[in-house]
Amino acid sequence: MRTGDVFLFLSAFLASGVEFVEALTIVLAAGLARGWRSSLAGLGAATLALAVITAVLGPALTKIPLNGLRLVVGGLLLVFGLQWLRKAILRASGYKALHDEDAIFAQEMAEASSAEHVERAGVDWYGFTLAFKGVLLEGLEVVFIVLTFGSAQGSIPLAAAGAAAALILVAGVGIAVRAPLARVPENAMKFAVGLMLTTFGVFWSAEGAGADWPGSDAAILGILGWVALCSFLIVRLLRRERRTQLRTAEAQA
Amino acid sequence: MRWLSRFGRFWWDFVVGDDWLVAALVVLAIGATAALATTSMAAWWLLPVAVPLILWLSLRRAIRSA
Repeated sequence: MRTGDVFLFLSAFLASGVEFVEALTIVLAAGLARGWRSSLAGLGAATLALAVITAVLGPALTKIPLNGLRLVVGGLLLVFGLQWLRKAILRASGYKALHDEDAIFAQEMAEASSAEHVERAGVDWYGFTLAFKGVLLEGLEVVFIVLTFGSAQGSIPLAAAGAAAALILVAGVGIAVRAPLARVPENAMKFAVGLMLTTFGVFWSAEGAGADWPGSDAAILGILGWVALCSFLIVRLLRRERRTQLRTAEAQA
Repeated sequence: MRWLSRFGRFWWDFVVGDDWLVAALVVLAIGATAALATTSMAAWWLLPVAVPLILWLSLRRAIRSA
């Protein structure tokens, strides 16, 4: 297996895993607050919509010339990756609250419990739309990641296998515990996904723009190391700055 | 019309996200790489240099506005 393939599988697995954990929280909240029938119907309808989107977009992407595809996909991944890294760094350095699945679950449950009961076609409409929207939005990101990673690296099935492995794991654990997966180190996973998206974004967009990487695919490891090093240095700098700010505020109080 | 603006808003949020400056600087950096690739100089180094700078700028903006 080439370096690029290993990273492709891992990136698809981690990125999809994070999205599936978030989707599971919403489906569980809809199911427990509004009934499993409407929640599972929403989940099924969203899965069907995602399958249609994948079936339409997948073959279309494979028809685009590889360099053009890598340029566009690389650019998009770089923007996504930097956004993920930005949030992860703000959380790691204390400037933003940590993502908390338990808190999100409690908030979703409270909103779902207080909403009016409207039944359409035998299902509770609020529960259905809550699950449908949650799964569709999180799933769209998974579809985007699998199709772009897979097509730019020349192996959609390998990226799909990474996402499928994440789905089996998250759904399996979700069904077993019937609670939000609060113990999943989601912030650390998001940091890792940010690093991987940024790495692939740099690699593919530079290639698409006409640059040649020294060492070809092996350059991915070098980029990953460099982006990780810079990110950790930034976290350390910002953490120190945040501590000084808090100490000054305490002294003034 | 409201549906169209919500649709546009969804894609703006999905692609551009919280800080439009990141997207703008990424486009600039990729354009510069493409320009450099047409010369005899190596072009691969430009994006790895640009990434920490973009990240730092965006983080400073986020912290300032917090």
